Amino acid sequence: MSNYILIAIIMFYLAVLFFLAFKAEKNAKSRWVNNPYVYSLSLAVYCSAWTYYGSIGIAANSGVDFLPIYIGPVIAAPLWIVLLRKIIRISKQHKISSIADFISLRYGNNRFLGALITVICFLAILPYISLQLKAVSEGFEIISDETSYVSKSIWDDSTFYIAVLLALFATFFGTQATDASEKHRGIVTTVALESILKIGFFLLVGIYVTFFIFDGTQDIFDQFSQIGDVERLTTIQGLEGGINWFFMVALSFFAIFLLPRQFQMAVIENNREKHLKTAIWAFPLYLLLFNLFVIFIAFGGKLVFGDTANAEYYTLLLPLSEGHLFLTLLVFLGGFSAVISMVVVSTLALSTMVSNNLIIPYGFLDKFIENHPDKNAYYIKNIRRISIFSIIILAYVFYYHFSIERSLISIGLVSFVIVSQLAPSFFIGLYWNRGSARGSIAGIIIGFAITVYTLILPFTTNIVSGNNNLAEHGLFGISLLKPYALFGIDFLNPYAHAMFWSLTFNILVYLVLSLIYKGNYRERNYAEMFIDSKNYSSLQDSALVWKGEAYVADIKNVLAKFLGEKETTRALRIFFTKYDLPQDTQVADARLINFSEKLLTGSIGSASAKILIASVVKEEEISLLEVLKILEESKETIARNKMLREKSETLTLLTDQLRQANLDLLDKDKQKDEFLDTVAHELKTPITGIRASTELVLEDKEMPDPIREQFLKNVLQDSDRLSRLINNILDFEKLSKGKTTLDLAQNDIQQTIKKAMEVVKHMAAKKQVALVNKNPHKLSLRYDADRILQVLTNLLSNAIKFSPAETGVVTMDYKLSNQSIELSVTDNGKGIPPEDFDFIFDKFYQSKHQNTKKPEGSGLGLAICKQIVEQHQGTIWIDKSYKKGAKLVFKLPFD
Amino acid sequence: MFLNCLLIKLPTESMTRKILIVDDEPNIVMTLEYAFKKQGFEVFIARDGGEALQILESNIPDVVLLDIMMPEVDGYETLKFIKEKSGLEQVKVVFLTAKHKASDIEKGLKLGADKYLTKPFSIKKIISEIQDLLD
Repeated sequence: MSNYILIAIIMFYLAVLFFLAFKAEKNAKSRWVNNPYVYSLSLAVYCSAWTYYGSIGIAANSGVDFLPIYIGPVIAAPLWIVLLRKIIRISKQHKISSIADFISLRYGNNRFLGALITVICFLAILPYISLQLKAVSEGFEIISDETSYVSKSIWDDSTFYIAVLLALFATFFGTQATDASEKHRGIVTTVALESILKIGFFLLVGIYVTFFIFDGTQDIFDQFSQIGDVERLTTIQGLEGGINWFFMVALSFFAIFLLPRQFQMAVIENNREKHLKTAIWAFPLYLLLFNLFVIFIAFGGKLVFGDTANAEYYTLLLPLSEGHLFLTLLVFLGGFSAVISMVVVSTLALSTMVSNNLIIPYGFLDKFIENHPDKNAYYIKNIRRISIFSIIILAYVFYYHFSIERSLISIGLVSFVIVSQLAPSFFIGLYWNRGSARGSIAGIIIGFAITVYTLILPFTTNIVSGNNNLAEHGLFGISLLKPYALFGIDFLNPYAHAMFWSLTFNILVYLVLSLIYKGNYRERNYAEMFIDSKNYSSLQDSALVWKGEAYVADIKNVLAKFLGEKETTRALRIFFTKYDLPQDTQVADARLINFSEKLLTGSIGSASAKILIASVVKEEEISLLEVLKILEESKETIARNKMLREKSETLTLLTDQLRQANLDLLDKDKQKDEFLDTVAHELKTPITGIRASTELVLEDKEMPDPIREQFLKNVLQDSDRLSRLINNILDFEKLSKGKTTLDLAQNDIQQTIKKAMEVVKHMAAKKQVALVNKNPHKLSLRYDADRILQVLTNLLSNAIKFSPAETGVVTMDYKLSNQSIELSVTDNGKGIPPEDFDFIFDKFYQSKHQNTKKPEGSGLGLAICKQIVEQHQGTIWIDKSYKKGAKLVFKLPFD
Repeated sequence: MFLNCLLIKLPTESMTRKILIVDDEPNIVMTLEYAFKKQGFEVFIARDGGEALQILESNIPDVVLLDIMMPEVDGYETLKFIKEKSGLEQVKVVFLTAKHKASDIEKGLKLGADKYLTKPFSIKKIISEIQDLLD
C-alpha cells in the first residue's frame, strides 16, 4: 500500500475520532457517554501496543509468560469495589487530579513529594510512550510498500507527524477546563470506542490465523509440537518460574492502580461509583478475550516464518503474507487505536502532574498572585498544552534515538517497575496512619535508585559502551553487586529482580522512617482523613484541622485570581449558605480554608493550593496532640449529632408526656374543684334546712305544736345527715389518698354478711322489703372485716332503698370463682339505667332517675365501696345482664 | 303536702299573691311553704323542674322561687321555659340556690332571673326580698 494512501487513511481515522470526541464533549450528560460499559471499556486503556503486538512476541519466545501482566489486574478487579471506591471517594472529595496529587495530599500536601512522584512517573512513562510510537512506526513500515525507504530526518518521518497529531488531539480535548479534576468525556468516549476496535480487530485476526490459515487450535498445536518445545512454552517452569510469575503478577497488580493513565481513567474520569460494579467483571472479561488467540497467533507465526520475522508483528505479517491487505490494514488500525488511547491518556495525566505538581508550585505561583484571573486560566491551560506537546515530542525524540533497538515488552516492564515504587506510599498510606512524608520520599528515592542500578544502568551502559561488563561482573568487579543478580539472587528475570530489591528497600525505608519521624500535624490530619474516609466524608470541610488567623477578603482575592470574580463570589455564597454563616463573614475558619484549598486544587494541584492559601493566612503550628484531639472531636461530633438527634426525639416524647401529665393534672384540679363545690353544696343543703327550721321555730311563737315538732324533727334529721356526710367525706378522702391501711385478718365471710344484714334489718322491715341470704355457708378469708361490712351495708341499704315497698326482695349471695370470691347484692327494683353504668361508682353521682329523695344518700357510698374493694385488690361492677332489677357484684381475691 | 293537712288558714287579702316553690329538698320546702303561707301567699310546690312546668300549665303565680341543682329538669332549663312560654311574661323568677360563686350569679341573672338569693338563707330576708319584688 502506498504511503500516501496509508497516511490518508490514518488522517481520516483521526478525523473520525476528533468528531466523536467533539460530539461526546458536547453531549457530556448523555446516556451514551455516561454508562458503566463506557467506564469499563475506558479502563482497557491498559491494553496498549504492548498487549496488541508485544504479547505475541513473548508468547512466541517464552510461551505463557505473557499472561502474568493480565493476571495482576484480574486479581485486582474484585478488590476495586472496596479499594478503588475508597480512592475515588477521597479523590472526589479533595478534587484530586492525578496520582501525584493523591499521594502528596495523603502526606499533608507535601510539595516535594508531589514533584518527586511527577518526575518518577515522567521517567517511567516517557519511554513507554515512545514504545507506542515505535509500534506505530514499525507497523507503518510493514504495511507500506516502501520497506526499503529509511527516513533520514525527523521531517520526513511519518511517525513524527502522527505524534504531532496525537499531541493536538490530547491538547484540544485535555485542556477544555482549567480544573484538571473535571471530566474529559470526549477522551473517555474515544478511548472506549478504540477499546472496542482494538479487541475487535485483534479477535478478527486471531480467528483468521487459527481457522483460515490453519485448521483450528489443535492443528496449530500438532504442527508446532514438531518444531518447538510446546512443553516449555505452555508451563510456568518450576519454582523459579513460579517466583518470576509471582513478581510479574504483583507488578501488574500495582500497575493497574498506579499507572497515571489508569488512575486518570479509573479515578478521575469516574463519574459514578456504581459503575465499578460493572467494571469488576467487564474488565477482566475484556482482558481474557484479548488473550484468547495470543498463543495461537504466536505459534502460527512461528510455523509460517520460523525465526525470520519479528514475532511482535505476526498479526500484521500473517495476513499480509496471505495477501489480505484489507485485514492487515484493519489490524494496523486496531494497533493504532491502542496507541492513540495510551498516548493521549498518558500524556494528559502526565501533563496535569507536570503542570500542577512541578511547574506551578515551583515557578509560577508568585506570578499567578499578581495576575488577572482570565490570564491565570489562560496560563494554566497553556502550561498544560505545552506540557502535552513537550511530552509527546520528547517521547518521539527518545524513540528516535534510543528505543529503536529495544523490544516493546522490555520498555513496558521497566516502566512498570519504576511506577511500582509508588506502591508502598500509596497502598500502605491508605490504611496506616503513621506513614509519613519523609518515609514516603526516602522510600521512593531509594527504590528508584535501586531500579536504576539493577535495570536501567545495565541497559544504558550496554547501549553506550557496547559491552556487557557491568551486568556480567558487577560494579567495580564485585560479583555481589551484579545488577541482574544483586547479593547472589540470580534466578529472577531482570524485572522481577529489580522489583524485588527496589521494593524491599523502598518498603523498609518507608516503614522505618515513618516510625522514627512522626509526620507534622497536617500530615496526620490528612492521613486520618484518607484512612477513615467514610467517616470524614460526612464531615467534609470541617475535617481539616487548622488554627490561625485569616480573613475572608484575602482568601477571596486569591480564589478570584483563578476562578474569576463571579465564580468566587458564587462559591463563597454557596459555602456560607451550606454552613449557615452570615454572607458578610469576616474571619475565615478551618472549613473555609479547606474549602478554598479544594477549589484551587483542581486548577493548580494540592501543593500549590496549600501554598497559595497559606500565603494570605497566618497559620499557627498545632501540636500533634491537639490534632489528634481535634480529630477525635470531629469524630465525636458525628456521634454526638446522632446522640443529640436521639436525645431530641426523647425530649419531644417527654414533652408530650409532660403535656399530657399537665392536662391530667389540670383535669384532676378541675375534678378537685368540682368535688369541693359538690361537697359545699351537699353540706349547705342540710344546713339550710336547719337554719330555716330553727329560725321559724324561734321567731314564730304562735306556731302550732305539731308543726313545731315537725320542724325540730327535720333539724334532727338534717344534723344526722350532716354528720354522716362529714364522716363519709373524711372516709373517702382517707381511702382515696391511701391513708388508711387495711386491718387484714382471717375472717369468716358468713359472719360479716350476717352483721351487715343485721344493720339494715330495721330499714328493710320499715319498708317491708324481704332480705334473703342465699348462701349460708361459712368461708374463711383474709380481709378487713369492718371495711367489707361497710361495703355490704352500703350495697344492702342501697338495694333496699331502690326496692319497691312491700313487694321488694333483696338477695345477698356469694359464690367462689377462680381464686376469688364473688359477692352480689340483688334487688327487684327498677334497675339501673344503662347510661349510669359508667358513672355510678363516681363520687357524688346520683342518678337523674333516682326517685327516692335525699336525705338518705350522701353521694359517696358507692365511691367509697369501690375504694375499699380496690384496696383489697378486688373489683366492683354492675351485672349488666341482670334485667329484673339491679345486681351489684364485687370480687375479692384469696390473698 | 303536710301543710294542707295541718290546715293553716290565714286571713285572705283582697289580692292573694301566688308563689311557686321549686326545690328537691323537702325539709327546706317545708320551711318556705310555712313562712309564705303565713304571709298570705297561695303556695304551689314542685320537687323539680318537670313538676314546676306541669303546675305552670294551669296556674300563673306572681313569683317562682327556683332551686338550680335538681334532678331531671334543672333550674336553668325551668327558667328558660318560663321565659319562652307566652302568658308567663309577668311571672317573676327568683333563684334560691347553694351555688354562690360570682360566675353562677352572673349566669343566673343573665338568663333573666329577677333576683338571685343563696342558701343557707334567712326566712325573713327571703320574704322581704320577695315582697320588694312584688310591690
